[in-house]
Amino acid sequence: MNEPSALNEMRAGVNLFMRAMWGRAYVRVVGASRELSWFINEILIPILAMTAYVFIYRAFGAPKVYESLVIVGSAMVPFWLTVLWSMAAQFYWEKEVGNLDIFLISPMSPMALLGGMAIGGMFLSLTRVVAVILAGALLFHVPFDLTRPIAGVLVLLLTMTSLFSLGAMASSVFFLVGRAGMKINLILMEPVYLLSGFYFPVKNIGFLLSMAASAIPLTLGLDGLRQCILPNGPALGFLSVKIEIQILAIMTLAYTILAAKFFSYMESLGKREGRATLRWE
Amino acid sequence: MDWAVETVDLVRTFKRKGKPELRALDDLNLTVHNGEIFGLLGPNGAGKTTLIKILVTLLYPTSGKALVAGYDVLKEEKKIRPLITMVSGGETSGYGILTVFENIWIFSQFYGIPSSEAKRRIQYWLERFELSDQASTRVNRISTGMRQKMNLVRGFMTDPKILFLDEPTLGLDVHVAIEVRKAIREWVHEKQGRTVFLTTHYMAEAEYMCNRLAIIDRGKLVVCDTPANLRSNLEMEGSFMLTLAPASDCESAFAILPGVKSASLIKKDPDNGSATFELFLEHESVISSVVAEISRLGLTIKDLTKKAPGLEELFLKIVGRKLEAHE
Repeated sequence: MNEPSALNEMRAGVNLFMRAMWGRAYVRVVGASRELSWFINEILIPILAMTAYVFIYRAFGAPKVYESLVIVGSAMVPFWLTVLWSMAAQFYWEKEVGNLDIFLISPMSPMALLGGMAIGGMFLSLTRVVAVILAGALLFHVPFDLTRPIAGVLVLLLTMTSLFSLGAMASSVFFLVGRAGMKINLILMEPVYLLSGFYFPVKNIGFLLSMAASAIPLTLGLDGLRQCILPNGPALGFLSVKIEIQILAIMTLAYTILAAKFFSYMESLGKREGRATLRWE
Repeated sequence: MDWAVETVDLVRTFKRKGKPELRALDDLNLTVHNGEIFGLLGPNGAGKTTLIKILVTLLYPTSGKALVAGYDVLKEEKKIRPLITMVSGGETSGYGILTVFENIWIFSQFYGIPSSEAKRRIQYWLERFELSDQASTRVNRISTGMRQKMNLVRGFMTDPKILFLDEPTLGLDVHVAIEVRKAIREWVHEKQGRTVFLTTHYMAEAEYMCNRLAIIDRGKLVVCDTPANLRSNLEMEGSFMLTLAPASDCESAFAILPGVKSASLIKKDPDNGSATFELFLEHESVISSVVAEISRLGLTIKDLTKKAPGLEELFLKIVGRKLEAHE
């Protein structure tokens, strides 16, 4: 192949990748403004849970920073819900309605599809995160310390990328397990709220358990974010923010590579066994 | 010769829990010409959808070979995918929260079509299908027929070389089905080299649309030819509707008539004492001697009409059961 044609082919490939990714992300970006049930599920319910924990801490006479800590934790709930239900389980829904067949026979890369799902999911979650933090700050007048904005933004971005890469990896597995994936999601939901320290500093559960919980990027993301935006945050931290940023970056890379490998393996297995196209009973 | 589709000794089996392995495709050999509408007929469970899924690269063959546009489905799927699309009947694909236009646009992006070009094509096809008024309607608010038209617009819009249609009129109202069939035919004839590979279990649809037809049953190819040739093979045998009187003497008479393969009683009319039979002759040319013989036996011929055979009869004859029969 001569150079110009190879270059043209590469350009066409990049063009297809970007268009396909935006096409899939569009569903969530635009859909977010049309489906108002998200307001109840992803803002109102986390705010109610947050309120309960704030009143518990107040009843105990805990320092005010614990209320801020709960607000940040509650704000991250939509992230986890989106990763579980809109990333990991997404292929189940796509398969049920018949979209998956169309995706798989199109010339786009599966990574563009996963990337589009992730970008759309991040956009959705981010709007909810901002809404919950604002609501929490206004309702409970809790203090925030925004003196480390760059580190804070970096932690948030890397938490999102690593979390959604994990979701992409899980979606490839769910691709074949079907409805059993729903059960896995239900099993994962509440324990992760506990292990990742949604409503308390994660270091309180002990070093070993905290380390184990760190396989889920939310644990370090939450911990790092709290250190960056809460007054006296570093005192509540599990690891230093710098180390947490490095680990989150490695997790993003590792989970992305694994997501690609898993998808390729699962697609091939699905086609061989016939499970890629048959809908679940 | 370059075929749009070619299968050689294609086999696909499925393992089933507690049951013997299912052989969905059994040494299937087929060729589809470039530029034709090729119909694949068969009852439910015959292997039609399995074959289409192999051809669109959604399923691996167990053994044998399948080529689409000259590329191997197993090794060259990336070369096949830009050249094909698939639309299935009863498809509920798309996102209900998005509009008809947005849904089709999203799928155009999966083929890398520049947005302005995609919009132009979508508008064109929506007009062709009289869907322009629904372009801004959310998909969860449109009828089944409109949804299927939207799916076809998705299929046409990428201008594929080969369009795979899996029972495209399944569950549609008669007038929508007619519209869909017409649009598919027009699409093929508008530009040279476009091919449609269609599966259906509607005989009339296959006869109306297809240049060639293959009938498969239990994964095996039973017959493959043009609808006209298939019908003429059947006509050789000759099928007539014959009404005779008196009814009481008729049935024993057929046993001794020369050239009659079989006769089935269709109805008896007690008012005028006649009976109507469907006669299957060895060849239609023997009808004159049959008529002469009937007169000699003292029976009165009240009515005699040549029955125009359809592919439905052909299917019944070849496969041994009606097309609608479920497995």
